[in-house]
Amino acid sequence: MSKRIEFQIDPQSYRHWKVSYDGPVARLTMDVDEDGGLFEGYQLKMNSYDLGVDIELADIVQRMRFEHPEVKVVVMQSGKDRIFCAGANIRMLGGAAHSHKVNFCKFTNETRNTFEAAEADSGQKYIAAVKGSCAGGGYELALACNHIMLTDDSSSSVSLPEAPLLAVLPGTGGLTRVTDKRKVRRDLADVFCSTEEGVRGKRAKDWGLVDEVFPNSKFDDAVEERAQAFAASSAKADVAKGITLGPLDRTFHDDGSVSYSLVEVEADRAGRKVTISLKGPEEAAPADMDAFAAQGDQAYLLRLARELDDAILHLRLNEPELGLMVFKTQGDPEAFLAHETVVTGAPQHWLANEVTQYWKRVLKRVDVTSRSMVCLVEHGSCFAGVLAELLWAADRSYMMEDEFEGDNRPMATVTLSDSNFGPLVMGNGLTRLQTRFLGNADALVRAEESKGEPLEAEDADELGLVTMILDDIDWEDEIRIFMEERASFSPDAMTGMEANLRFAGPETMETRIFGRLTAWQNWIFIRPNAVGPEGALQRYGTGQRGEYNMERV
Amino acid sequence: MLDLINVSYDTQIPNNVGLSSDRKVLKALEKWHPGYINWWNDLIPQNFQESMVYLRTAVSVDPKGWAKFDYVKMPDYRWGVLLAPQVEDRRIPMGAHKGEPAWQEVPGEYRNMLKRLIVIQGDTEPGSVEQQRFLGLTAPSLYDMRNLFQVNVEEGRHLWAMVYLLFKYFGKDGREEADDLLRRSSGSDEAPRMLGAFNEETPDWLSFFMFTYFTDRDGKMQLESLAQSGFDPLSRTCRFMLTEEAHHMFVGETGVGRTIQATLEAMNANGITDPYDVGKIRDLGVIDLPTIQKKLNLHYSLSLDLFGQEMSTNAANAFNSGIKGRYMEQRIDDDHMLTNDTYVVRSFKDGQIVAEEVPALTAINMRLRDDYIRDASGGVGRWNKQIAKSGIQFELALPHEAFHRQIGVFAPIETTPEGDIMSKEEWTKRRDEFLPSKADGDFITSLMKPCYEPGKFASWIAPPKVGIDNKPGDFEYVKLHMA
Repeated sequence: MSKRIEFQIDPQSYRHWKVSYDGPVARLTMDVDEDGGLFEGYQLKMNSYDLGVDIELADIVQRMRFEHPEVKVVVMQSGKDRIFCAGANIRMLGGAAHSHKVNFCKFTNETRNTFEAAEADSGQKYIAAVKGSCAGGGYELALACNHIMLTDDSSSSVSLPEAPLLAVLPGTGGLTRVTDKRKVRRDLADVFCSTEEGVRGKRAKDWGLVDEVFPNSKFDDAVEERAQAFAASSAKADVAKGITLGPLDRTFHDDGSVSYSLVEVEADRAGRKVTISLKGPEEAAPADMDAFAAQGDQAYLLRLARELDDAILHLRLNEPELGLMVFKTQGDPEAFLAHETVVTGAPQHWLANEVTQYWKRVLKRVDVTSRSMVCLVEHGSCFAGVLAELLWAADRSYMMEDEFEGDNRPMATVTLSDSNFGPLVMGNGLTRLQTRFLGNADALVRAEESKGEPLEAEDADELGLVTMILDDIDWEDEIRIFMEERASFSPDAMTGMEANLRFAGPETMETRIFGRLTAWQNWIFIRPNAVGPEGALQRYGTGQRGEYNMERV
Repeated sequence: MLDLINVSYDTQIPNNVGLSSDRKVLKALEKWHPGYINWWNDLIPQNFQESMVYLRTAVSVDPKGWAKFDYVKMPDYRWGVLLAPQVEDRRIPMGAHKGEPAWQEVPGEYRNMLKRLIVIQGDTEPGSVEQQRFLGLTAPSLYDMRNLFQVNVEEGRHLWAMVYLLFKYFGKDGREEADDLLRRSSGSDEAPRMLGAFNEETPDWLSFFMFTYFTDRDGKMQLESLAQSGFDPLSRTCRFMLTEEAHHMFVGETGVGRTIQATLEAMNANGITDPYDVGKIRDLGVIDLPTIQKKLNLHYSLSLDLFGQEMSTNAANAFNSGIKGRYMEQRIDDDHMLTNDTYVVRSFKDGQIVAEEVPALTAINMRLRDDYIRDASGGVGRWNKQIAKSGIQFELALPHEAFHRQIGVFAPIETTPEGDIMSKEEWTKRRDEFLPSKADGDFITSLMKPCYEPGKFASWIAPPKVGIDNKPGDFEYVKLHMA
């Protein structure tokens, strides 16, 4: 897998999806190009997908929010006859390295979560209009929609055939959404998930697998009618015009480093670590959200989010051995907060909302990134408001205390803002500070009382906002030792340990998907019953069945 | 009409499966049967329902006297449930279970696969009856009308055969699938038949003959491969169905042959030697040979689509599981496991049609299709002999396998019947050279006038050489009920 996987795409170059806009209703048609696979060795038959197909989908979903705020309802449908979507391509999965499978599932899960949340976050409601067979990942696409309509032509069905057919799980939230979102009774869910051919027609509705079933002849009209009705009853305010998301300003270097306009990704392959430095704003904050909208994708906060998002995705898929991510910031915290206030001060403005929601998603992306993460709060840094969230997304944070010899940058501070106390929740439904101070309500109150104050090391430490404060004498050694030690641990153990420690508190559908479902899936993905030479994934398509070790583990 | 409340399943339904003592199947049949009769009654125009038709009814599985002929109203036809006799100590002939005793009960791990295959097979049977429902109104003779109805009732019986298996071996799911077999309907927007070719219209009698020759032959190949099944009841059912299917092939081959014969005789009688002198030939009330070739092109290519993808995981699974074999599996000289064998498959790569070796297991569909092509070319050869004998210079030919395909590797490209690749634009321009045009269809339709007088035939078709059941030429095969 030597070629770089690219997450930035030009909408003109979509190969697998078509989008059409008609006032408040958009039609999103999946019509996968068989020969458009990301890698060699498989064809994307029957509307099956690989990472490339999903990258396009993620791009569409993102642009829908920013470029088409007039859209209130998105109808997801198939451009193929008699098939909605056959799910993830099995030959691709069979041929992919374990790490690719895991990252593929993570990204597709993030995309599903994103369009699922589009209704609550942005007032864009997704309808799955299912005609033809809707299997595995295909049904998981539908499950992530807010409303599922199925045609009753006595052959169209929804199914999750992974377990009986492939000896793996429906890993894109399928198992979780069936029980947690659709509230399908667990015994019926058991029947459903172990029946290869799935369920069709009225029974699919009776069991709660879909919302509505229509006779085939009335189906297209019913979908149109439903889309218009949802659009009419939508609480989303009308927005005349969106902004355009242009290409990122980005340069790749031979050593693995990447330069963006505001983000510097510095790879240290020998040390198996990467430093991600975020720059504070240089220009003054826009006067208000209209001025922000006029700047469009060049507005500082939006540009920073897009660049960080891309950097994280790039590192996940293309730099698997850079096991430690070091986050740094440089800039004026006050200036940063001035930019942030323009957004947080106008929550009714559609673009302010989208920018906030986007930051929420980017930070969640950081939360579920399987790398050790550390924040270094150095002098001159800019860990304020939204950027302070990185301190608690990371596994640890170190902060400079007092003056350092020969360092004339402003004293390191951490500044909290409203952003840290509400809008930017994690997958567990809590803010990062709520999660951090689980069971310690006083600490949360004290932190909130400090809002707006630039907190130097001692105060930040006192409030529990950083892991450790170090002075000039200790800093270099402590940091070096921490990094060397971290880089020497087993990556598997680190991933497992971190994923467990990061998400304290309540379970939500999201944590169950990223924790329970994904963890089991990743275990199955390394077991011979699925991926061994005689396993079901490897044998799929050969006509020979998988041979299983029948011992229960 | 059957008395639905007091059906005596043992006496009124010929069977060799102990129906009257099988409570489970009886109960299911009692529920399903009224729906089936409704389906049939709604399907065939009423005056034909009331007509007495000289039909062959399967009454036993004895090769010497399995059927008897008599006049019967179609709704009173005795749809039998008949399985070929059990072969003692039959073994699974292929796949991973090769050599193990054949299954008499459904193996749990293959239940879904088996059910799916049976449902797909079952779905085609009523499908063709639906496609042919109005043909009685334009029958070129009572002889042909009788053959149509014979084919229809036997397709109906084949539906019964599949439904019996669903009832007997697949419990509640099987009963639901059986209901859906009556719910789907050919060409319906609401719930179409599962396979494309069974949703196409059969607009005229030449289509019917082409259908029975080419499309029913796909059915024959499917039955042949299911007859190899390690699931013994399916094997036995299909073996007996093949006895009946042979008649359908006969209707198709002789129907096309007689159409050609009428054309040749009319041309010779009027001194026309150029088969492309279409206008003059059509004026004689017969169908010109180039149009017959176009009809052949259409039905042959639609039938090739029925074999599915050239490389198929489902087909590979079915073979390896011992559920579905190849044509004449026992006569093939290999290990019948195919785990290390290859097979040559044609595909489309970089703008060219190429032959490649692929794992034989995945090419099961392709292999069956190749066998089909060989089987289908026999009749074409006989038609050509007929043409040669008349002295007219013309040869019918099967088009290239890449021609006019909707399914498989050739679906994205267009070719001539000879297999030369052409652009979409050129195809659109030249389509009517290769496939029946609307004008061709209109012309054929104009010939489709009923001919109901015993012993008489429409202008475009010659009489058969021998009657059914050795009846004389003017035998009244259908006593029409004209209400």
